Order: sequence, then structure tokens, then C-alpha cells
Amino acid sequence: MAINLQSSEAPTRENRLGSITGYKGTIRDLVEQGSCGSLKNKERCFSQASACSSSCAQFYLSAILDAAIVIHGPVGCAADTVGANTNRKWGESIRGWKHTNVNIITTDMVEEDTVFGAIEKLKNAVREAYRRFSPKAIFVTTSCVSGIIGEDVKSALDELQEEIPVPLAPVFCEGFRSKVWASGFDAALHAIMTAVVKPPLEKTNKVNIINFTGSARKEITETLARFGLEPVFIVPFSTIEQLSKISESAATLSICGTLGSYLGNALQQQYGVPYIQTLQPHGTAGMDSWLRGLGLATGKEAEVEVYIIEEKERVAIELAEVREKLKGYTAVVGMGPSFGHNYIRTLQELGVEVIWGATWHFDPVHDNGMSPEATRLLSKGEADIPVSIADQQNFEVINLLNRLKPDLYIGRHPGTTVWATKMGIPSIMIADEFSAYGYQGLVDFGYRLVDIVTNRNLAKNLALHVKLPYTKWWLEQDSFKFLQEEVV
Amino acid sequence: MSQHIEQVRHVCSLGALQSVLAIERAVPVLHAGPGCGQKLWGALGFQNGCQGSGYIGGHSVPCTNIGEKEVIFGGDERLRDIVENALQVLDADLFVILTGCTSDIVGDDVGQVAQSFQKQGKPVVFVETGGFKGTNLFGHELVLDAIIDQYLQPAEAVEPGLVNIWSVVPFHDPFWVGNLKEIQSLVAELGLTPNSIFGPGNGLDALAQVPKAQFNLLISPWVGLKNVKHLEAKFGTPYLHYPVLPIGPTETNKFLRSLGQYAGVDAEKVEQIIKKHEVDYYYYIERSADVLLETRLLPRRFITIADSFYSLGIAKFLINDLGLLPETQYITDGVGEDYQGDIEAEFKNFADGITANVVFNNDGGAVHEDIRAIKFRGRPLLIGSAWEKVLAEEINGYQLSVSMPVSDRLVLNRAYVGYGGALRLVEDIYSVVLDDFQ
Repeated sequence: MAINLQSSEAPTRENRLGSITGYKGTIRDLVEQGSCGSLKNKERCFSQASACSSSCAQFYLSAILDAAIVIHGPVGCAADTVGANTNRKWGESIRGWKHTNVNIITTDMVEEDTVFGAIEKLKNAVREAYRRFSPKAIFVTTSCVSGIIGEDVKSALDELQEEIPVPLAPVFCEGFRSKVWASGFDAALHAIMTAVVKPPLEKTNKVNIINFTGSARKEITETLARFGLEPVFIVPFSTIEQLSKISESAATLSICGTLGSYLGNALQQQYGVPYIQTLQPHGTAGMDSWLRGLGLATGKEAEVEVYIIEEKERVAIELAEVREKLKGYTAVVGMGPSFGHNYIRTLQELGVEVIWGATWHFDPVHDNGMSPEATRLLSKGEADIPVSIADQQNFEVINLLNRLKPDLYIGRHPGTTVWATKMGIPSIMIADEFSAYGYQGLVDFGYRLVDIVTNRNLAKNLALHVKLPYTKWWLEQDSFKFLQEEVV
Repeated sequence: MSQHIEQVRHVCSLGALQSVLAIERAVPVLHAGPGCGQKLWGALGFQNGCQGSGYIGGHSVPCTNIGEKEVIFGGDERLRDIVENALQVLDADLFVILTGCTSDIVGDDVGQVAQSFQKQGKPVVFVETGGFKGTNLFGHELVLDAIIDQYLQPAEAVEPGLVNIWSVVPFHDPFWVGNLKEIQSLVAELGLTPNSIFGPGNGLDALAQVPKAQFNLLISPWVGLKNVKHLEAKFGTPYLHYPVLPIGPTETNKFLRSLGQYAGVDAEKVEQIIKKHEVDYYYYIERSADVLLETRLLPRRFITIADSFYSLGIAKFLINDLGLLPETQYITDGVGEDYQGDIEAEFKNFADGITANVVFNNDGGAVHEDIRAIKFRGRPLLIGSAWEKVLAEEINGYQLSVSMPVSDRLVLNRAYVGYGGALRLVEDIYSVVLDDFQ
């Protein structure tokens, strides 16, 4: 189904891709059901606090250097701006840039606003954001409150556009609209595509790299220089000017299949920028496929092959060493779907046996209409890996871990890794999207695993001295007791 | 009528879920959207002194994760399911249902759901804390009122000397555990029996003691006043309202004397306790005096951009004890108009007739604009939050984060209250100064 850039908002993942947040089974069954359209979501009659689209949208937009955000909602919806600010400073720090605060204002909706509406307040806040930050674009995010009371944010911004000379774009990300928090990324990227990206004036040798914080900028720049290409890291830590020109690039790559799907496919559909939808560049097979995809799209196949051979030779001995050290270890993975399935493969490459894959949602197809490469690859593997899908839901994950007792837990997304650690399981949180990136990265990641199984004292001591918040009863139940059989 | 806010220094009423988590083995049950829990914990906890999930917080908190279905058809049934199952799955002793914006607008009958569990003798209470109702400080008071109304039972007898401590807001003040312990320690020195429901080792046993207290002690410019009045109305317990967080000898001496007098403690005993602490405190100040005075470095003027506890408490210490002078002081925790007058009066009441202007404003961006317009002689000291770091660079000031968000520090059991707390504060301020150029 084509991406519709005429609409003012991106459909949620459930509506657009058939994405789900409730499943238990195996990787082959998941792919089979997903590809014949019979994959239905399951709900849970017990749940714990998850995450919403608004946080993804706001977090992602907050690091565009010269854009501003107006959050139209009560002050709590802007609580994530504290973390967004810390993240912005991290990105500035690793680039050697001066520190700045995020350019964000909230309309601080209060009770009377829910009764009388707050469009005037919104307009004033947008004017104020323009005055304070002199931004090159202003994004206005919506909230559960603005959505429920029916605030016409689009019309308000259309009216304001006459006064304010920079693009004003609504970002529809009300928390209640989607169970898949990644829908928030799509909302933000839709706003960027429709309000910021301009038709290409020329074609360049640039390659869009859709990512988060960009810790591997230097390595990627060096690698792409070998092929006569230049990376542009988007969306965080880029400028509106840079974003306006991403239609001119030679190709788009993404560090994360989930994150990149909407924007990558939209650029391809609208402006013919090839979007390389291979494996993520984690692990050898991932890096091979990423680079080869890039080579194919830019006519640099030969250069890529030379590079791959060189790099693999360089790390061959270290890789063999670290594989030897990790032989026999078992792991459970708990991450977003694209990272999750790519990391399962990466761990397998290191010789670690992945005995369960829990992912925080699942897209049966990406926006190119095909099922994700990493998932398909896993389903063709030797083991039919047991998998489950939940919008995190620690109670389920902990019950599982208690049963499976893996040697390692590898997680991504806040508030998950700490629980495995408290159970005495050595755990790693993949906070940096470029962990295990590339051939050297795989070796380094392997050594990170070796380190945590070598000194397990933090996990061990915590487990001895803390109590899990679950009843004995719950830990004795089937992990999926609350996953409802009926289809909703 | 509220205005827009840049740089949040508080969150919404639902943020009081953290106040529930501060009661050991109590757990909040959110009837709210899927993102509220993570966002509010992030701002009040994770990014504020590195306060994580702890026993049952963060993503362990049960939540109805309200979606389109509940918005259209109502969420009462889902809430019932979640509470029912939470009672089985989670090992906790008190379940406090808190509502978010959606349910308060849509009109779910949360009271009825809570009552259906209460009738079965389950420890469930509810409070309507829809985010648009106010700040998390307002929410904190709502949560306490709900617990007072729905959970506390009248005492059979008053226990002489038992004093309930009500002061800083848990999690919002990242130093809350250390501060509350320090207050309890001071109160105990006077021969009284302090009782706090917040913090490790207290929990529901402490909660059960609340109605038995001889009096309630509120150490706060304004947060909690509603609650002690409520406790007086419901259980007849009188209260002492001490409106300044005591930091440093001048204020802590005053606090101990007020408390001692109110509680009928022998005045001579109080003076001995004070003397002992002053001897200890002044040993360290005397020892560091050379450096504080004889280098070119200690800032002469300070600005606080903080909640009312710290703005007032730290201003008192810096002026009355350390000899600094105040520029304008900014209070950012949404102080209601009724309380502003008394707080302003405290800012006119420093040693030697020194006074300070205080501005009540939640909008950090506007505060920064104000500050940029001030003409400073010498480098000012900014006592505020992590939002101020960028400003400090701009105006060539020194900056220390003490008030939410303290995203740039790890806080464990550090306290700023009392005599020892003041020494911590001096260490922290001067280390910023030294670190700046070395």
C-alpha cells in the first residue's frame, strides 16, 4: 500500500501495516501468519505502563538543531522533554559542539482548556516559539487531551502560516491512538516529508542514514568515502536545511528497520531515492547485506566487495577468539522488532544460542509491502525460535526469564534490563543504536558479553538482596496466562 | 489561567504516582494512556538524580494503557480487570488507583470500581489526578487526602511524643530520602518520636501510626498544608507549620527552637543540642574559610531558580550563614496565589535587613530572558536545575543543579537539610567553582 503524503497524518502502524502487540508462538509461525494476512492481535487483561507515540515523535524531533516543537497538551505530556534534553546534550558532546537546550514549549493545557478549547493558547505558544527560538520549522504535537476534545490543530496552523514565515507542521501522535509506540516516529517523519523535504534540485553523492544519536559517524564517514559517498545523518542532530535536501541523495540506509520504513519508502516513492531495506548492519551478515545493498543502489558493487574482504580479514582472528569464549551460552532478547530480530541473528553469529525472542511489537510488513528481511531470514534458520510479542509488559518477560533461566539477557528500551539483572541474569541494554555495528563492532560486542559473564557480581548481589515485585503465585503461572485468546 | 511553559520543572498531577511509590509496598495503578507512566517517571525519577524503578516502579506499574476503545466505550471494565489481576500478580500492600486525563474527561466511574474492591476488604483506594488538573505537587496533596479519607482509621489513643513528618515531595526532590532522614534524626534528638510514611523502612506500618500522632509537623512553604489541615479536621491532630526548609545553622537553630517550644521540650536541652551541632559545623567552616575568603573565587551574588522548598531554604542559608547576596529569586513549582504572600514575606526577612525579590513563574524560558537582562558584577551563582547549565555558560556564571530536573547528578542518600546538609551544599557549590577552571 503506497504511502499517502496528501493526508495530514500518517495512519497508525496497526492500520497501515497490520502491526500487533500481542502474540506467542514461534518465528516460523509468525512469518507464515504474517505473510498470509491471518496475523491477528491479542490483548492482555493485565498490563503495565507501556509507552506512547507522543514520546517517540517528540524525542525524535527534539534533536533537530534548528526546529522547535510546541506540545499541545497538559504539562505532563512534556515530561519527556527532560530526557530529550539530556539526549541532545549527549549528541552535542560526542560531536564537540556547544551545548544547547531543546527548543520546546508546551501549551500547559489546564481544566478550563478542556472545556473551552485552547486554540488561541496554541497559536500564542507557536508565536512565542517563533520569537524565542527563531526556528526554521515548528512542529506541533498533539496529546490525548487535544485529541479527545477535538482541537483543530491543522486549521490553526494553516491560519498562522500567514503570519509565520517558516513551515508549521502538525504531528498527530495522541497516546491513545496506537498500541505501537513506533507510530510516533511515523507521525514525525510524515510531518518532515510533507512540510520540510523539498523536491530535488540536483542529485548528489550523499547517502541518508536514518539513525538516533550517531555514535558511529566517524566510521561510517570513512567507510562511505571509500565508495565516493558522503553520509547525512538524520533526523536527530541535523538541520532543517539538511532535511529539506534528503530527496537529492543517492540512497537511504537505516540503522533500524522499524524506524526507517516510513521515511525511506516515502523518499523512494516520492523522489526515487532508493531505500536499502536489507538486514541492519549488526553482525557480519548484516553488515554484508547493508553494504551490498548500498553498492547495488549506487553502482559501487566492486568497491564494496573489496572493502568487505579487507574488513573481514582484519577481524577474523579476534572474531574466532571471542566466539570460542562465548560457546555454549544461552540468551533471551527483549527489544523492538527490527533490533530484536537482527540481534538474535547477531548473537547467533557470536555462537550464542538465543532461546527466546521477545519483541515490543511486530510489523508483518514494512512500507514496501514485504515482510522484514531480518524476520524472514530467522524463519529460514535451523531453529524455530520461540518468540513472543508485547508492548514490553515486564510481568510476562520476568515470568519467562524465571522459567528459561538464560545466561544472558540483551534488551533495548528503558525499564527492561534492570529487571533481568535483579534476577541475577547478566544483562546488557543496547542504548546505543550503533553497538555491534560492523565487523569490528561485532567483535567489540562479543567482548562486552564476555565481560558481563566474567564478573557477575552486580547481578548476583542484587538478586541476593532485592525482592521482585511479583507474587509467588504469578511466578508459578504460565507466562501467557493473561494473553487473551479471543481476537479483538 | 495558565500560560505556556518552556523547560518543565514539574509535571502534571498524575506525577503523584511517584508519591505512592515512595510509600514502601504501595503501588499506583494508572487508569491512563500508555505513555504517562514512562514520561512522568522519566522526569521525576530517571532523569532526576537517577532515581530508577526501585521495587515496583517504572514499567512495573500496572496501567490500563487506555486506547481508542476505552476512549469511545469507557474504560471502567478494563480498570476492573487490571486492578483484579494486579492484586494477584503484584506483591504489594496498598493499591492506589490514579486517573489520567482521558478517564477524567470521558467520565469513567473510578470511584465505583475502587469501592467494589474496598467492599471485598481489598486495600484499594482511588484518586482523580487527571493531568490537566494541576502540577504533581497538587497531585501529591490529592493523593495524601485520598489516603487520609479512604484508608486511615481513627486512633484509639494518642501516643505522646509521636510526630508525623510532612516535608519535601518524594522523587520531585531528588534528595528526599536523605532530607527526610535528616529531619527525623533532628526531631528524634529532641526526644520526640518521628514518623514518616515515605522512604525505605517506613511504609504501611508508618501509615497506620499517622492518626495516633500527638501532632503533625509540616516543614514546607506550602505543599502539604491542605493535608495537615485535613488530618486536624478528621482526627483532631494539631499541627505545627514551619514554612522554611532548614538548611544551615541559623535556620536549623530556629527550627529546633520552634519545634522544642511547640512540643514542650526543655529549652536548655534544645540549646545543648544546638551547641553540639554548631561546634561541629563551624569546625569545617573555619577550616575552609581561608579558601572561601582568600581566593578570588567564591561568588558574591546568587540566583535560585527552583521549587519553593529550595529557593527559600537555600536563600536563607546562603545569606544568613555564608554571607552571599541575593539577586532575584525564581520559584517554579506553581505556588497558588493564596500562598505567595507569606512566601514573599519570608524573602523580605533575612539577617541585617537584607531582602530579595521573588518571582513566581513556571516558564523557565521567561525566567532565563529575565536573567539575561541582569547586569552582573562578578560571576553569579545559579542554583537551579539542569536547564540552567546552558544559561550559566552564556552569562559566565557557576551552576549547581538541586531542583528538578537534576539530570546531571546521581543522588543516593545525600541531604541538604540541617547542619550536615549545609556542609554538603557548601562542598557541592565550591567544587563547581574549582572544577570550572582546573
